Amino acid sequence: MGKKKEKKEINEKVDVEAVEIEDDTWWWLTHKGIGATFLCISVFALLVRVAVSLHPYSGAGSPPKFGDYEAQRHWMEITLNLPVLEWYRNSTGNDLSYWGLDYPPLTAYQSYFHGLFLRFFDPDSVSLFTSRGYETYVGCHSSRKNDCAWHIAMLLLNPCLILIDHGHFQYNCISLGLTVAAIAAILSQRELLASCLFTLALSHKQMSVYYAPAFFSHLLGKCLRRKNPIHGVAKLGLTVLGTFTVVWWPYLHSTDALLGVLSRLAPFERGIYEDYVANFWCTSSVIIKWKRLFSVHSLKFISLTATVLTCLPSMVQQVMAPSSRGFLYGLLNSSFAFYLFSFQVHEKSILLPLLPASLLALEERRPFKWLMFYGLFSMFPLLCRDKLVLPYFALHALFMLLYHAPCGHGGRPRNARPNNTKFDYFDSFKTFMNGFIYLSSFILHIVYLTMHPPEKFPYLFEAIIMLICFYQFALLAFYTNVKQWSLLEHSTTEEEKKLI
Amino acid sequence: MESSSSTRQLLWFFAIAVCVKLLLIPAYHSTDFEVHRHWLALTHSLPLSNWYADETSPWTLDYPPFFACFERFLSIFAHYIDPQIVDLHNGLNYRANSAIYFLRISVILSDLWLLYGVYRLTKNADVKRRYLIWVLIVWSPALVMVDHLHFQYNGFLLGWLLLSISFLQEGKDLMGGFLFAVLLCFKHLFAVAAPVYFVYLLRHYCWKGLVRGFSRLSVLGAVVVAVFAAAYGPFLYHGQIQQVFNRMFPFGRGLCHAYWAPNFWVFYIILDKVFSFFLKKFGFSIQIPAASFTGGLVGDSSPFAVLPKISPSTTLIMVLLALSPCFIKAWTNPQPRMVARWIAYAYTCGFLFGWHVHEKASLHFVIPLAIVAVQSLEDAKHYFMLSIVSCYSLFPLLYEGQEYPIKVLLLLLHSILMWLGFSTKFTRASAPNTMVTAKKKGAQSKSIESSSPAAEKGGFTIGWVGKSYLLGLLLVEIWGQFLHPYLLGDKFPFVPLMLISTYCAFGIMYSWIWQLRWIISTT
Repeated sequence: MGKKKEKKEINEKVDVEAVEIEDDTWWWLTHKGIGATFLCISVFALLVRVAVSLHPYSGAGSPPKFGDYEAQRHWMEITLNLPVLEWYRNSTGNDLSYWGLDYPPLTAYQSYFHGLFLRFFDPDSVSLFTSRGYETYVGCHSSRKNDCAWHIAMLLLNPCLILIDHGHFQYNCISLGLTVAAIAAILSQRELLASCLFTLALSHKQMSVYYAPAFFSHLLGKCLRRKNPIHGVAKLGLTVLGTFTVVWWPYLHSTDALLGVLSRLAPFERGIYEDYVANFWCTSSVIIKWKRLFSVHSLKFISLTATVLTCLPSMVQQVMAPSSRGFLYGLLNSSFAFYLFSFQVHEKSILLPLLPASLLALEERRPFKWLMFYGLFSMFPLLCRDKLVLPYFALHALFMLLYHAPCGHGGRPRNARPNNTKFDYFDSFKTFMNGFIYLSSFILHIVYLTMHPPEKFPYLFEAIIMLICFYQFALLAFYTNVKQWSLLEHSTTEEEKKLI
Repeated sequence: MESSSSTRQLLWFFAIAVCVKLLLIPAYHSTDFEVHRHWLALTHSLPLSNWYADETSPWTLDYPPFFACFERFLSIFAHYIDPQIVDLHNGLNYRANSAIYFLRISVILSDLWLLYGVYRLTKNADVKRRYLIWVLIVWSPALVMVDHLHFQYNGFLLGWLLLSISFLQEGKDLMGGFLFAVLLCFKHLFAVAAPVYFVYLLRHYCWKGLVRGFSRLSVLGAVVVAVFAAAYGPFLYHGQIQQVFNRMFPFGRGLCHAYWAPNFWVFYIILDKVFSFFLKKFGFSIQIPAASFTGGLVGDSSPFAVLPKISPSTTLIMVLLALSPCFIKAWTNPQPRMVARWIAYAYTCGFLFGWHVHEKASLHFVIPLAIVAVQSLEDAKHYFMLSIVSCYSLFPLLYEGQEYPIKVLLLLLHSILMWLGFSTKFTRASAPNTMVTAKKKGAQSKSIESSSPAAEKGGFTIGWVGKSYLLGLLLVEIWGQFLHPYLLGDKFPFVPLMLISTYCAFGIMYSWIWQLRWIISTT
């Protein structure tokens, strides 16, 4: 008996030592401090981004409307050549049906600065009218350099973000970067700065509103816990209003102008969904034809109610027990709620839940990997259209490799060995289901690339992809909501302990 | 268990590199791409007897027969994927996606042979050294720039070299010699190290008493002859040996390539220019020849105004002279552990004093030196400087704007990784295990001071000379990229390139002298 115990101890010791030796794998990378590691990873992330920008972009060489790249270039053209008030108005100079501006003013200002820069190097690319469809090399090249240069976030090798921003071509980095800065400010208790930064993010891309409930409920919860809640709320409110005023200044002189801008931001006439995005409305439209049954007006109302209802649990939790961890979960939950239930959601919006998920990656390893995998998968048809298949696979593989870095933070935690045989069946069933779905997703990739769908259902494959992804997103959203609520119980038990 | 996990880790390093290389597929590729595509077509469509005689394209086969067989092997798959790639006439300058993907992926896959060489070399090294060597070779930016952007198969060829070195280091001389002979039949440029191999093998393998030594010598000789016979035999049979050698050794190409490799001859040319300038000032009549070096032309005449003409045999003599200390050392004390250094030194001499050297040839000594870079602090410092200089000297290969951020970032990333890796390896005198133990087991073990006196003294730092040289590198780049076009516009377009060559030549000369000193000073 004693010998067995000794042996076990020795085994454990050997295990620990083996872990130590293997832990040294990345010790050389991290021993100089987090700064050096960050520098190293950032340079690698930059390299990957530059490499992706070698590949085709959305709408490359395809008249008459080209794609998102052309949209960005057109916005530079508009903002440089027309006065501020004209930017959102339909006029002879600014034909809104040709890639009209449909993001808030900060995007417009940013396009203006980029346009100035581009005009210095290549005036032809931004001259009004004559530059439509201008695709030269220089324009491509310098715009993408700008994109890289703007990057402030930590989570630099997010393949979804890299593919959308540097492949498909958008500037999500900026609004996401501002959001991350706001989150960082909240986590370091600088609430005024956080609200200012988030307002800026909101003024850059209206999609940042996905995070608004979390910010709102967390800050409200924090204020309520203070001695003077009204004072706190007032301060925050003033900061928000002040930032809005500064950014929207040119459009605030009349309600007309303001409404003009707002109507461009919320294109309700485009319908409750477009293409095949993995959210509730699109997926259930296989059975319930929403567009036929209801008018746009009633659909607006239904989707608003659904979104608010699904946000509510997470908001309530944060108001009752605000905490940093809860805040991150709150962000994840509110962005999920918006993604799944709101009006006119794009596939690219999966970037928004991905951001808090990556911030929570250390705690929720498996869910993060799932979300990344299925998020990428849900964007696969879009990326195929943009001919970004190779970067898709390369970045996906890179992400999986880094996730499973030898003795890094990926994979199964070392000491997680299920001891209880009772749960074995459930666990193995779960593993089997997950494995099955992974395998079918993988096969679907190949099928989508090589086979043609049947004549009767030309979008069959997109629909299947959408179904699978929706199922996974719904599961994950449910799981994270439950996790956030469990934080409430945890905090209440802690409070009880404190009282005792 | 240990070896399988280390294999997995090596494969992980390789997989990361593969992902980045895949992303670089649509990037710039040079005419070497068309060269290799044509060779696929050539070897596929024509019988053996026509391989070295064909004139369909200006890109004639100038590698030895084994490489041609390698291309033949690849062409089987190419034909299966897209027959037009291997079509002799219709495939000329074929740029379809199928061709680009096929050729790029073939280079990526051929790097597996390099991986095998690295694996064999680092099998018995300790963990930290192993990782460091992997980072230095598998993630080498020079290899990425030359093989996966510019387009060549150096990874594959260097794999043979590394394998040969690994066998020699283990004492298996016959195998090492055999692999080197095979390598020579893949690319004859590697023959610069043949004298060193010869001396070493003679002394270490064959010098074992009259009978045994002689039998070993004959075995070794037989093996080498067999390899060469397998390669050149078929051409001997067809009576084409002369044609093959003509193609393989195109000496009508001039002392320097159009873009000067950073070697000794750079100084020779500049000295010549300086002399002719001053002598002209003093009234002597100096003939400035038409095909001047600065014109970028490549021709047979070595247009030196003042200094004596250089011929291929002169360069050969100089290479052998430079190698002589190495011969002496290899003869007097043939030790397996010194083999990598001697071979790298041989290639350094070949690079510095050789005829018509390409800047890509710096790969031949930088990669083997990675093996010895981890052995001591001095080696690490030397390798740090050499690697950066040689990688920078490859920059002019990728002259298009869209690759500029890539090559800069590759070099930057490599420098950071080297810095981190070397400073880890050489600042801690005590094993890191103890440090981690202290962290994990808490108060049980004694807490080891993080900086023992010995470690602080021997830290990985670059002296002020090195730092200023690297700063100078940065200034050369800023001049070439920004100041020159801004201040001088289109005038003197050769000046930035000349500057890069000359500046890097200083670095490589330093490396040569350092290696020479090291070889002489060891027992």
